[in-house]
Amino acid sequence: MTLLAFMILAALAVSGFLLNRSAALAIQAGGTRTHSLAYFHGLYALLSVLVPVFVVICVYLVLKTPVINGMVIGGLPDGVLDDMSAGQVDLVLATIQSITRGQTFGTPPDWQLAAAERLTSLYAGADLLMVVVVAALSAVILFFVRRQVAAEFRARQAAERIVHGLMVACSLVAILTTVGIVFALVYEAYRFFEMVPVMDFLFGTRWEPQIPIRADQVAAVGAFGWLPVILGTVVIGTVAMLIATPIGLLTAIYLNEFAPKSVRAVVKPVLEILSGVPTVVYGFFAILVVAPALRGTGADLGIAVSSNTALAAGGVMGIMLIPFISSFADDALTAVPRSLRDGSLALGATRGETMLKVLFPAAIPGIVGGILLAVSRAIGETMIVVMAAGLIARMTINPLDSVTTVTVQIVTLLIGDTAFDNPKTLAAFALGLMLFILTLGINILALRIVRKYREIYD
Amino acid sequence: MNDMRLTERGVETKQIKMKARGVEVFYGDTHAIKSVDVDIEDHTVTAFIGPSGCGKSTFLRCLNRMNDTIDICRVTGDIHLDGEDIYDPRIDPVQLRAKVGMVFQKPNPFPKSIYDNVAYGPKIHGLARTKAELDEIVEKSLRRAAIWNEVKDRLDAPGTGLSGGQQQRLCIARAVATGPEVLLMDEPCSALDPIATAQVEELIDELRQSYSVVIVTHSMQQAARVSQKTAFFHLGTLVEFGETSKIFTNPEDPRTESYITGRIG
Ligand SMILES: Nc1ncnc2c1ncn2[C@@H]1O[C@H](COP(=O)(O)OP(=O)(O)OP(=O)(O)O)[C@@H](O)[C@H]1O
Ligand SMILES: [Mg+2]
Repeated sequence: MTLLAFMILAALAVSGFLLNRSAALAIQAGGTRTHSLAYFHGLYALLSVLVPVFVVICVYLVLKTPVINGMVIGGLPDGVLDDMSAGQVDLVLATIQSITRGQTFGTPPDWQLAAAERLTSLYAGADLLMVVVVAALSAVILFFVRRQVAAEFRARQAAERIVHGLMVACSLVAILTTVGIVFALVYEAYRFFEMVPVMDFLFGTRWEPQIPIRADQVAAVGAFGWLPVILGTVVIGTVAMLIATPIGLLTAIYLNEFAPKSVRAVVKPVLEILSGVPTVVYGFFAILVVAPALRGTGADLGIAVSSNTALAAGGVMGIMLIPFISSFADDALTAVPRSLRDGSLALGATRGETMLKVLFPAAIPGIVGGILLAVSRAIGETMIVVMAAGLIARMTINPLDSVTTVTVQIVTLLIGDTAFDNPKTLAAFALGLMLFILTLGINILALRIVRKYREIYD
Repeated sequence: MNDMRLTERGVETKQIKMKARGVEVFYGDTHAIKSVDVDIEDHTVTAFIGPSGCGKSTFLRCLNRMNDTIDICRVTGDIHLDGEDIYDPRIDPVQLRAKVGMVFQKPNPFPKSIYDNVAYGPKIHGLARTKAELDEIVEKSLRRAAIWNEVKDRLDAPGTGLSGGQQQRLCIARAVATGPEVLLMDEPCSALDPIATAQVEELIDELRQSYSVVIVTHSMQQAARVSQKTAFFHLGTLVEFGETSKIFTNPEDPRTESYITGRIG
């Protein structure tokens, strides 16, 4: 039925286009100059029909199920829903819905059968109504739009206004989604902080996110101090950046200034492949290659290395970030005007001196921006650490220990039993909020620096 | 040009600083410079003139091997500096460029302080052993570039914050600071107002005392004002080369005459 509605809409919109265009052409054929080209008259008709009716269909699709469900529940005989919790009412609704699909368990009571029948007929009626409304609305709009065609009608401006509105609406989607996510995060985190004091969370040094299953279970009272968790993130992020920054920068410098064309032609695509590897695959690499190698080396040297180490996770994450940093630095170096390079060379500087003393310093703001963006990726990276870092939160900065990170904890907190009424699950939102604030801060800083750097040369 | 000075110049015998013979330059398949012979004399300002795209900048860049930095560029022929072939494999282009400095058409100060811009060359070449010596070189260079009074109170300010004319004089100071023997200037005044132009021209005349200067210019008046020798390029060939006064008053080649009088270009 929905498909039919869309087809009617499309057909009417296209005929609106043809109708108005030919009307405008007819005016032109009569020797009068129209303000807008005939094509714009057609476009105006097309958009005038398409946009509002499309919105109507979308609204219908969103509202259909909740409204009809509400009508069915509201229409149930008195008494059947007495003393039911919200969950039980949902269950009744689900039973009724499964009856409409022909799935019944035993013989359902008569009131459920009646409700199921009502549900089916409501759906059919609603769909029919929708198709009729769509057809009628399109036709009415078409009629009015057709009458607007005139020599002096500014169809181009009108069509542009509609397109402009569409663009605003599209950008609003992104903004509203962000606002929604932030709101949900803040709201759930607020609920968490009602159960766990903010100070305990921010400054606590124990992270043991259990909750008592029975009221008298004393031993399992959790502790929600995020310091060990964020410390784990910091340790792994530091290891990653210590590996990615020098390698990435040297790669970029080499490629930008010293590499022969043939080497560049090979290395650049390889780096792009590296940045296209899914993080899960990096996770395999960390568990199957890096971690055993580290343990083996540790055993040879007589150092105890746990099986999950910050070093393995951070190291692999560092490798993941190399192409990110090197491509950013490469861009920044390339953006330094050639005249500076020539100026330095003409003074008798070597290419090395030119790179070190002129190009690199000139590119530093862009490079720093890239590094900061890499940091916020390292902080937010989940898959590698879920696979290769540990689960136990420990106050340690030893990279050979097993540590856990904010993202790992969010994942583990939300796996399995997810009732959003206890501090264990809500803690995930508090952690998420902190992570969001942290990366937002870093990104803002990075973008500031990058923008300032653009201003110098543009 | 008055005749007195003309004869005076004629009798002056000057040492030849740079000698170019049969220089050819190719950009890929484009033949940009065709068999050019030029002598650059010491303590002389030599002007390169000619219509746009005739190869003036290209030839200028041959003189300090800046063409090496352009991948597709190929230079053949002989260019000697003080009798030494500068394209000899044993010659290090880096050292050559310390001796043959260059000022570009567009001012290109480094995004560093004014002081560091000027100190850049002396530092790389180890010309100063102490900070005091370096300070002295910087001040002397800035004075020679006629910009000292304008910047002496803000040596720590970024060089990119100066006006276009000041930036160009800063770049001249930067080139002078390494103590070159030859100074190449590619349209150094094209971004400058008449006052700054006059200052730079005065500076060029003064620089002639210590260096030989080669200047590319589109302004006939400027060439006539500052140079003693003029080379006229056309479509990659050197059409005429000689005393400036002769080129401007009594050119031998009809193409030179029509260019100077504004008929080609
Ligand atoms: N980097 C380059 N790559 C390819 N061709 C070049 C390059 N630089 C210059 N050329 C070509 O060489 C010829 C001479 O150019 P050149 O820049 O030397 O001219 P010019 O006399 O300095 O002109 P102008 O007065 O406009 O600066 C031109 O035909 C130009 O297209
Ligand atoms: Mg030029």
